[in-house]
Amino acid sequence: MKISEQWLKEWVDPGLPTDELAHLITMGGLEVDGVEPVAGEFSGVIVAEITAAEQHPNADKLRVCQVNTGTETVQIVCGAPNARVGLRAPLARVGAVLPGDFKIAAAKLRDVESQGMLCAEQELGLSDANDGLMELAANAPVGTDLRDYLQLEDQVIEVDLTPNRADCLGLLGIAREVGVLTNRPVKSLEIQEVKSTILDVFDVQIEAPTGCARYLGRVIKGVDISRPSPLWMQERLRRAGLRSIDAVVDVTNYVLLELGQPMHAFDLSKLEGAIVVREAGVDESLELLNGQTAELTPGTLLITDASGPVAIAGIMGGQPTAVSDNTVDIMLEAAFFQPLALAGKARSYGLHTDSSHRFERGVDFELQHRAMERATQLLVDAVGGSVGPITETVADAHLPVRAAVLLRRMRIEKLLGFALEDAEVERILNGLGLATSAVDGGWSVAVPSWRFDISIEADLLEELARVYGYNNLPVTHIHSDLVIRPLPERVQSLRNIRRRLTGRGYREAVTYSFVDPAGQALFDPQLEPVALANPISAEMSVMRTSLLPGLMESLKRNTSRQQQRVRLFETGLRFVPDGGELTQAPTIAGVVTGRLHPESWSEEGEAVDFYDTKGDVEALLQLTAEPQAFRFTAATRTGLHPGQTAALYRGEALVGYIGALHPSVQASYDVSTPVYVFELDLGLLRGAAMPAFAELSRYPEVRRDIAVLVDREVPAAELLENVRTVAGTYLTDLRLFDVYEGKGIDPKRKSLALGLTYRDSSRTLSDEDVNKSVDQVIDLLRKTYNAELRN
Amino acid sequence: MEDLQSLAAAARTAIESAEDGQALETLRVEYLGKKGQVTALLKQLGKLSSEERPAAGAAINVVKQELQELIGQRKAAMETAAMEQALASQTIDVTLGGRGQDSGGLHPVTRTIERMEDFFGGIGFEVVEGPEIEDDYHNFEALNIPAHHPARAMHDTFYVDEHTVLRTHTSPVQVRVMENEAPPLKIVCPGRVYRCDSDLTHTPMFHQLEGLLIDEESSFADLKGLIQDFLHAFFENDQLSVRFRPSYFPFTEPSAEVDIQCVNCGGDGCRVCSHTGWIEVMGCGMVHPKVFEYSNIDTERFSGFAFGMGVERLSMLKYGINDLRIYFENDLRFLEQFN
Repeated sequence: MKISEQWLKEWVDPGLPTDELAHLITMGGLEVDGVEPVAGEFSGVIVAEITAAEQHPNADKLRVCQVNTGTETVQIVCGAPNARVGLRAPLARVGAVLPGDFKIAAAKLRDVESQGMLCAEQELGLSDANDGLMELAANAPVGTDLRDYLQLEDQVIEVDLTPNRADCLGLLGIAREVGVLTNRPVKSLEIQEVKSTILDVFDVQIEAPTGCARYLGRVIKGVDISRPSPLWMQERLRRAGLRSIDAVVDVTNYVLLELGQPMHAFDLSKLEGAIVVREAGVDESLELLNGQTAELTPGTLLITDASGPVAIAGIMGGQPTAVSDNTVDIMLEAAFFQPLALAGKARSYGLHTDSSHRFERGVDFELQHRAMERATQLLVDAVGGSVGPITETVADAHLPVRAAVLLRRMRIEKLLGFALEDAEVERILNGLGLATSAVDGGWSVAVPSWRFDISIEADLLEELARVYGYNNLPVTHIHSDLVIRPLPERVQSLRNIRRRLTGRGYREAVTYSFVDPAGQALFDPQLEPVALANPISAEMSVMRTSLLPGLMESLKRNTSRQQQRVRLFETGLRFVPDGGELTQAPTIAGVVTGRLHPESWSEEGEAVDFYDTKGDVEALLQLTAEPQAFRFTAATRTGLHPGQTAALYRGEALVGYIGALHPSVQASYDVSTPVYVFELDLGLLRGAAMPAFAELSRYPEVRRDIAVLVDREVPAAELLENVRTVAGTYLTDLRLFDVYEGKGIDPKRKSLALGLTYRDSSRTLSDEDVNKSVDQVIDLLRKTYNAELRN
Repeated sequence: MEDLQSLAAAARTAIESAEDGQALETLRVEYLGKKGQVTALLKQLGKLSSEERPAAGAAINVVKQELQELIGQRKAAMETAAMEQALASQTIDVTLGGRGQDSGGLHPVTRTIERMEDFFGGIGFEVVEGPEIEDDYHNFEALNIPAHHPARAMHDTFYVDEHTVLRTHTSPVQVRVMENEAPPLKIVCPGRVYRCDSDLTHTPMFHQLEGLLIDEESSFADLKGLIQDFLHAFFENDQLSVRFRPSYFPFTEPSAEVDIQCVNCGGDGCRVCSHTGWIEVMGCGMVHPKVFEYSNIDTERFSGFAFGMGVERLSMLKYGINDLRIYFENDLRFLEQFN
């Protein structure tokens, strides 16, 4: 909402400079977006009249004009298409300075003298219009300084209103606010009843009273549409960002700006039968004022006549019944449409109008009569005509009800933190138009018809707080009883998990939760991801079922920018559909490529591999204090290398996968080095065991090493698990310290070297004790794995 | 006795010029060993008269002791020299970089959320999280934003279907807590939120941290105090000006937007604050009674306030980051600035 400060001051004099006024309004809750002068900075521009216009001898598009300045006639060369005899337009005389410090001097244009410049609105910083000279009124006083004539010493204050403050969508409301904020009186607008001079009426029936509870109509006959609206009105419209169209449209717009009541005018001769306000049925359409044809959805509130729809109620009128150059008789409409009936409707037609904006938020339902009288008066003043009586159709039962609200003194103190004086409470509320009457412990407050946002006590508290000034309210520091919370040690914190990875060289990434379906399909083609109904783009249209597509895009972005070593991880939700259910699973995932270590004098450039990445995952498992509860098994997963992928289980629950990216997937991301990835369920990773103390043995340990040949396919983890089972209770540590395949041994076999450490807590172990265990182990290896002992 | 003196002189010279431990040992055997020359002299003492014997014996012993000491000193000197030589040869360039894995770092969003959690956790707020695909009841309805409310249009909501949305704020987590727990309550809810908006200053996903306090005695003055204390702590500046501006959120009444003095220009006006000297950093207000009613909380007994802040926005101001979109590009050159 843009308001002219000059106009505002006619209603209330804030007694403040513009910037302080703007600040006050902002701090009152109507955020001022900007303050701008209504015109650019210029001087030496007067009202002038073109008395002759002839074709320039040397240029097709230029004209040579003789221009009356009031004291003399000067010659101006002009390129504007509307430069015509009789036009009054702004003239920048020689010596004038236009916005941008543009000095006007006498010049020759294609050999013809020009003593200044005739101006378009844009050249004076008045608007963006630049398609011709600014056309001033035919009676504009020639010779007058343009700044004086248009009263340009004014600022436009643009207020960004929150949706609850529809009452300020008119100057009336803003003036009321400024009055109460500055504690200055607000002038009340005297609106006289316009006596009807004819008896003509146009019938109105309301068939949809829930949507339209009040509809006023008035017939005005014999208007002279060729007469323009007055200059002051055009200027106020311009300053509010509206263009002057014709006097009828200008007047309805003016009343909308002044009082906040949207109105509409029909060409009476185009209406048939009677006005019926009803909801749209099937297969109805309407050609709108903007040229668009709307296919009306059933339920849309319409203004219709015998021929069909003539306007979408409260949103936009129809073209066929619109006021035009030939209009003589009109029918004015001032109605109250319910916010709920219009909510979302304009949007559904791709429209947003000054009218729909107001009706959706709430127009004063008792304003229509005043608005109609005001518009009639302005219209008759501008274009004449004979006025018929106002017809009012009202569905009382459907008008909003304003119940009085109880305001308790003690609630003010409790919720605002201090006691506001009674007189101040009353001054603020009364100033806002809320009548107060004293009751036991507080006030009964009547809510006016223009406030759609006040129905409970808290709403009144807000009014008091904001007018008194939020920053004038006290500041206190919260206090409460200490609450002693449990300190669970069996849940590993996400912070520790993240820091374990950052300690191992990972950088944390945050990727979008919505991804490209194509990237998703590389990893989870079997899942139908949750799709957005209104995505930003196709690349961000489905909710991720895995963190890997997003991380891979980030990895690719980096490798394509010469980063050869990338280690990224992310935590966040995966959105996994499962039948009709959706699981939003906290997940941690990582992607790694390039060198194992940063490039350095001490490194040979060893590339990261599966086991490096597995070490990172195992480091996370260590945080649970029971890594033995987890097991890795060879597995396959879409998107990963079939021979280099492990599934991780905790008991029987699948925690996730770790593996090399499938070479074809890697190629599709255009990454030249192998990529290793992991993705784990955070829920299963966070449960931790309590450390359990075991007595330290005072007796020495004994170590035995065994090397065996077994088939290559034998999984080491399983073999070790079986060894541990048969080795007996003295075994305290079992390590696989060498794996060898290749030269010197059977190509189908591999050599495993096991280190077994024994110790007892109560005595020194004998050779016999240890040999017995080692024999059992060897026996197992021979029988179960067809192992061959090496020396 | 002349023999003794010349033997001693010869031995001294020999010890002095011995080149290594081996040569020194040979000299020790030659002079002081069982068959050594000094030992031989001692053995000949018996041939002397009992008057001569003590003096001669004492003289030989003096020489013997002297030679022992000389050998010992010489040996120690050799070992010291050898150690020094060894140390010299083992010298390394200690200015070369260390070996092994470098450290990574947290994303600035996480870093910022952790700071916020630390502040609120320190004064007894509990951290709670919730789902990101949310039903419209929790995201809108229970927060006093009924269908077709103009405030819904303010939210640029991503829809999954008619009744399912990507949460547009973290406030639904508060609703879920209020449904399940009785007041008093002190919680903060950090997390991802989504708005269907993408341009220079908007990304379709960003992070918020919301807070909720419900107690028998909590007022707008408490809210002001807490927010001011938080902003002072977050920006580590207890002189930072903070102002509260009336605003509108359907779920709070009264509602306020919070502005801080521009941290870039100190309030003089610059590009960061659009030359106003102030920067909007969060929204807050007293919990709307309707919201309490949805969760069956007695509005006469309890009151409370809620606040919500944009994590990226605050971290941009804190670290001087001038581009929002860079947060989700995960460019290592950006991430590496946060260790």
